[in-house]
Amino acid sequence: MADPTKADEPQDAMPNVSDVEVAEVHSEEEAVAALDANVERGEPILQVRNLVKHFPLTQGIVIKRQIGAVKAVDGVSFDLHQGETLGIVGESGCGKSTVAKLLMSLETATAGEVFYKGQDITRLSGRALKAVRRNIQMIFQDPYTSLNPRMTVGDIIGEPFDIHPEVAPKGDRRRKVMDLLDVVGLNPEYINRYPHQFSGGQRQRIGIARGLALNPEIIICDEPVSALDVSVQAQVINLMARLQDEFNLSYIFIAHDLSIVRHISDRVGVMYLGKMAEVGTDEQIYEYPTHPYTQALLSAVPVPDPEAREHRDRIILTGDVPSPANPPSGCRFRTRCWKAQDKCAQEEPLLAIPERFKGSDTPAAHESACHFAEVKDVVHAA
Amino acid sequence: MTIIDPTDAVPAQRPGDHENTGPLLEVRDLHVEFQTREGVVKAVNGVNYTVDSGETLAVLGESGSGKSVTAQAIMGILDMPPARIPQGEIRFYGQDMLTMGAEERRKLRGARIAMIFQDALSSLNPVLSVGFQLGEMFRVHQGMSRKQAKAKSIELMDRVKIPAAAARVNDYPHQFSGGMRQRIMIAMALALEPDLIIADEPTTALDVTVQAQVMDLLAELQREYRMGLILITHDLGVVADVADKIAVMYAGRIVETAPVHELYKRPAHPYTRGLLDSIPRLDQKGQELYAIQGLPPNLLKVPQGCAFNPRCDKAQDICRTEFPPLVPVTEADGTELPGRASACHFWKETIHG
Repeated sequence: MADPTKADEPQDAMPNVSDVEVAEVHSEEEAVAALDANVERGEPILQVRNLVKHFPLTQGIVIKRQIGAVKAVDGVSFDLHQGETLGIVGESGCGKSTVAKLLMSLETATAGEVFYKGQDITRLSGRALKAVRRNIQMIFQDPYTSLNPRMTVGDIIGEPFDIHPEVAPKGDRRRKVMDLLDVVGLNPEYINRYPHQFSGGQRQRIGIARGLALNPEIIICDEPVSALDVSVQAQVINLMARLQDEFNLSYIFIAHDLSIVRHISDRVGVMYLGKMAEVGTDEQIYEYPTHPYTQALLSAVPVPDPEAREHRDRIILTGDVPSPANPPSGCRFRTRCWKAQDKCAQEEPLLAIPERFKGSDTPAAHESACHFAEVKDVVHAA
Repeated sequence: MTIIDPTDAVPAQRPGDHENTGPLLEVRDLHVEFQTREGVVKAVNGVNYTVDSGETLAVLGESGSGKSVTAQAIMGILDMPPARIPQGEIRFYGQDMLTMGAEERRKLRGARIAMIFQDALSSLNPVLSVGFQLGEMFRVHQGMSRKQAKAKSIELMDRVKIPAAAARVNDYPHQFSGGMRQRIMIAMALALEPDLIIADEPTTALDVTVQAQVMDLLAELQREYRMGLILITHDLGVVADVADKIAVMYAGRIVETAPVHELYKRPAHPYTRGLLDSIPRLDQKGQELYAIQGLPPNLLKVPQGCAFNPRCDKAQDICRTEFPPLVPVTEADGTELPGRASACHFWKETIHG
């Protein structure tokens, strides 16, 4: 599967770094220090610009022809600051997990840039990429399948040290792993146990400890609590919030549970069919959503309060998400949108602060990709 | 599969035809246990509840609380062995289904009591078209011909709002989206207009926008056919939206029952209170979330006394030694609160304090 994908990738998408460039990156240690200083001055630690990932659809066995592409991510841009949590929400298939994989360089981007401290990581390879990867780690959704059942907890958490031995010298590893277990609230004596001896919440803690092992700056959390029981979810969320304060981590928190995203995020991005529909602070998105999709998404979330059910103004969308292989022209949401007009089919709305709110300091003035953006308070519509 | 002789399979027995009457479904002191190599797992330990026509009972609980096992016992689809039902009664219109013969139960299953499963993709047969699978209900239970059954299937798919039903009746499950597949599951459960539907996490695998569509559809059809609905879920939001009354389960027992509004306003069990408190609230932004400490118990060795005591912040000595029965909950002045009960030694303090 992987090979034909790669073969059909447009040439400019391949990380095209000559040895000279790699050498340059390494010789410029002062440059790295300068970049760190930039981040401290409040510049984003991660800048994503027009990120695109198309998975080619091919036909034929010997002679493969590309007959189209699944546009999983189609031009996504956002910033992440140090110590900040950016929540990304959206329905399944909207591309949020592909974004996570692109940020981890687990997939090669078709186009676009990801700047980590000003350095474009989509063009990196070899040693330079390895150095960057140390600082961007990931926590996975399913703690049952993301831990190797034949490795002990100590081996799982210590494995990152095999790849980056400079972080922990050989003799020091066991103590480091025990420290990590302690940090995530597990008994350090469990170091020789196997994953099946733990419950779901404990396994997720092991996954978090593995993510922390290399002292990363950015952790990408792909649905970290959705596989856990309700009473355990809160424990893991608290742990993640505490670790963020302790280690000054930046999170990209991908989830579909909107109330948890609101609790943990500083800013929230709403994705629909490979594009960002709306980006803003948690208050701007939840209290003053201007994109119809955000409004529908928020209104569809069941509120855990039976008093609210009679007088909620629910927007029930019809139909399903269109196929990302053949997205609608213009605005991608127009096929399910109640506001759609001819303009929406012809002209693609850009992610920007809507014209009518520009210059004003209302909370509605945040980026929204809609021609007819207007505030509709769906959460409190009583 | 043996085909039931159509002559005696006519499900003409409708409410009122029975000699015994009573609530639509009554579960009394149900126990289910599983023989495993490690020992006997007591998955359900004395569950009681009733459901009436047109009523929605939500069974709320974490994984391993016994909510799905109870439902499977009602449907009669538990694998026995390893499962065993040592005691209890499941009365459907007053008749105990556990003492019925296998053939008799088969006629109830699907026709009078139907179930909607969580994961539609693995519950549907991937090598048979959805029309064939829907039509099976009519062929087996009502002895219809294939042609009639297919016509009925199209009608049903229309009923659950699947666009272009006639064109899609011969499609296979993988050709439908998750929401559409769940509609097919609902259509299949509704096919013979049963009196009771058990929905086991019907929307957990779906996206929120699709979840809203599916729950709306289910509520609409329930109203129309006046069916009883048992909704099994762990989502406090979904429960608040559709339930009439709630039974909260923990470690195989019901720890609290209450009408929906009452439960959210004034929980009478520390576990329920903990669940409600752990929902992120607006005013707690940036603060620590309330979290119930510890882990759900291992059903091989359920704690002595109250099963929740190791995780409860109100636990006293009595909780560790004495088992709390499910007792009716009253107002502080002794006025009865209909439908409310709690299995906590300190329910008074929990609800009034």
